[in-house]
Amino acid sequence: MAARFAALKTEGRAGLVTFTMACDPDFDTALAILKGLPAAGADVIELGMPFTDPMADGPAIQAAGLRALKAGGRMTRTLDMVREFRKADAATPIVLMGYYNPIYIYGVDKFIADALAAGVDGMIVVDLPPEEDDEFCIPALKAGLHFIRLATPTTDEKRLPAVLEHTSGFIYYVSIAGITGAASADNTAVASAVARLRAKTPLPVAVGFGIKSPAMAADIARVADAAVVGTALVQVIAGSLDGAGKPAKDTSAKALAFVGQLAEGVRHARATKGRVA
Amino acid sequence: MSQSPSATQSPAAKLPDGRNSYRGGPDEHGHFGIFGGRYVAETLMPLILELEKAYTAAKADPAYGAELAYYLEHYAGHPSPLFYADRLTKHLGGAKIYFKRDELNHTGSHKINNTLGQILLARRMGKTRIIAETGAGQHGVATATVCALFGLKCVVYMGEVDIERQQPNVFRMKLLGAEVIPVKSGSRTLKDAMNEALRDWVTNVADTFYLIGTAAGPHPYPMMVRDFQSIIGTEARGQILKAEGRLPDSLVACVGGGSNAIGLLFPFLDDPTVQMFAVEAAGKGVETGMHAASITAGSPGVLHGNRTYLLQDDDGQITEAHSISAGLDYPGIGPEHAWLHDVGRVNYVSATDAEALEALQLCSKLEGIIPALEPAHALGYVIKAAPKLPKDHIMVMNMCGRGDKDVFAVAGYLGVKL
Repeated sequence: MAARFAALKTEGRAGLVTFTMACDPDFDTALAILKGLPAAGADVIELGMPFTDPMADGPAIQAAGLRALKAGGRMTRTLDMVREFRKADAATPIVLMGYYNPIYIYGVDKFIADALAAGVDGMIVVDLPPEEDDEFCIPALKAGLHFIRLATPTTDEKRLPAVLEHTSGFIYYVSIAGITGAASADNTAVASAVARLRAKTPLPVAVGFGIKSPAMAADIARVADAAVVGTALVQVIAGSLDGAGKPAKDTSAKALAFVGQLAEGVRHARATKGRVA
Repeated sequence: MSQSPSATQSPAAKLPDGRNSYRGGPDEHGHFGIFGGRYVAETLMPLILELEKAYTAAKADPAYGAELAYYLEHYAGHPSPLFYADRLTKHLGGAKIYFKRDELNHTGSHKINNTLGQILLARRMGKTRIIAETGAGQHGVATATVCALFGLKCVVYMGEVDIERQQPNVFRMKLLGAEVIPVKSGSRTLKDAMNEALRDWVTNVADTFYLIGTAAGPHPYPMMVRDFQSIIGTEARGQILKAEGRLPDSLVACVGGGSNAIGLLFPFLDDPTVQMFAVEAAGKGVETGMHAASITAGSPGVLHGNRTYLLQDDDGQITEAHSISAGLDYPGIGPEHAWLHDVGRVNYVSATDAEALEALQLCSKLEGIIPALEPAHALGYVIKAAPKLPKDHIMVMNMCGRGDKDVFAVAGYLGVKL
């Protein structure tokens, strides 16, 4: 993870972080997309762990999780996907993102061991705030997994040190108070929030929630170390499915083409005149 | 009492005679033993901390206590009576049965006890928009009612399935000026309504107060809701001492999320002679898998901000609950109940849809009281247990809601066309 962000810094550009749901719309299609992501331009990969009750996600990612579960998605299959991916790619960081209950039921120690063995680099667990760090964050960090924390517009100066304390890899700034895929943030507000975070941490700052297009990704790439795109990508996948929710022949091609456009936006963001300083 | 409270309980929780108290929880992190906690997204964390601070300050302020007491008496109608159910007692031929009649409260259930407490807190905090989840609609109605009383905007999330089976309450909420938003995600019942309310709160952090209706969710909600509902047990304790000159032998309450049950039980937890029974909804039967009995048939997990017993599969995915009663149709239970189960202080039992329907009809004919489908489950257990008990056994059951809202649904279940 550190090597990847260092390389981005040397290249003088921001990174693209993509989010897709493991096993959406099924294991094979999701794996084909996952394998194609680095070549399409994803610098860091977030892979969603399906959950029935994703309380911080909007309708698109809720639906992706339910499609995945219907197609046989479960934690062991999510780890299988990572293992398969690692056969051909040892360099692209993979972060698993989701909710705590499936990890808790899998067993924290067993999960950490199996995730590391599969080739997972880091974790984002939405419903584990610093107040519950003993539960999973501390053992995961000790074992060598990154624990990426979300900072939000409601994270004030007083609270920020607690949020940053056990964060590693990068910090994920949630640009709006809201669920995934909802409103988009104002670029000036994002820029000042990123500056506020950079004053307090040497970690790279990735910004996400509400980035819907290559142009918006480019705007974020001008001010942050990485732009995270999830809902928009998941919607491209959903839009390619047939009436029964089955993948079409071109589902993965469409998803990867969209990632290509996003990457193009992010890569050239700083070379062109920015809309935001 | 089978066991003493867990060692993880707060150390201050000692009784004068040296016994550990069952009433010392939660600890400062909101834990009851291993249960409870604050498993929420970072966006909500500052809001929950602010709420906890505001609640602590309000609790210490006599003006807040006096204001709440005023509305509980003059608006909600407290104290609610304790009624000796003579004909039911004779019919069952065993224990002497009393009903704590919280169904006589304004809005028809115990839910108003909590909504009054929280709305006064919301006002102190300067919040202008109230959101709530509801299952049976009783909490939604109680929330819409207090919002009307204080002129605050009210948005209620309700699953589509529940809207269908609780039409009268949906209309009541609208009459009271609330906006009722149908929830189409997941199983379209109470759990999904709670997800949507949380999503709303994450989005509207500045002006919105989330008024949770049950003794679940992230800390401080389970503690706060318990405190507001404890008026049930506190009143019942005084009333039974006056009526019988002694404490009851057993207490019975239905339990979904568990707010009426914790309200009745909590004030008696340190009375070792009082046995306690919380009745879960067994739906079509626990063995069929079509039920809402989280403790009887679930396992510990994390959902809606707290660790508790949940209905879930071996991958940690939450499974759908099933109950004839929309208010009990929830795949979890409040964290304090999970702890009280683990330490053995409260017995968690169950009653099926059929037993509840049977009980509802019997009580209507024998006592002239049409219970809601929720307490009909408690009554279903009373009907099974009371005949086996001696005549000097005093049993207090919480009649936590009235059945007006259920008459259409019950007619449907009984095959009667209205």
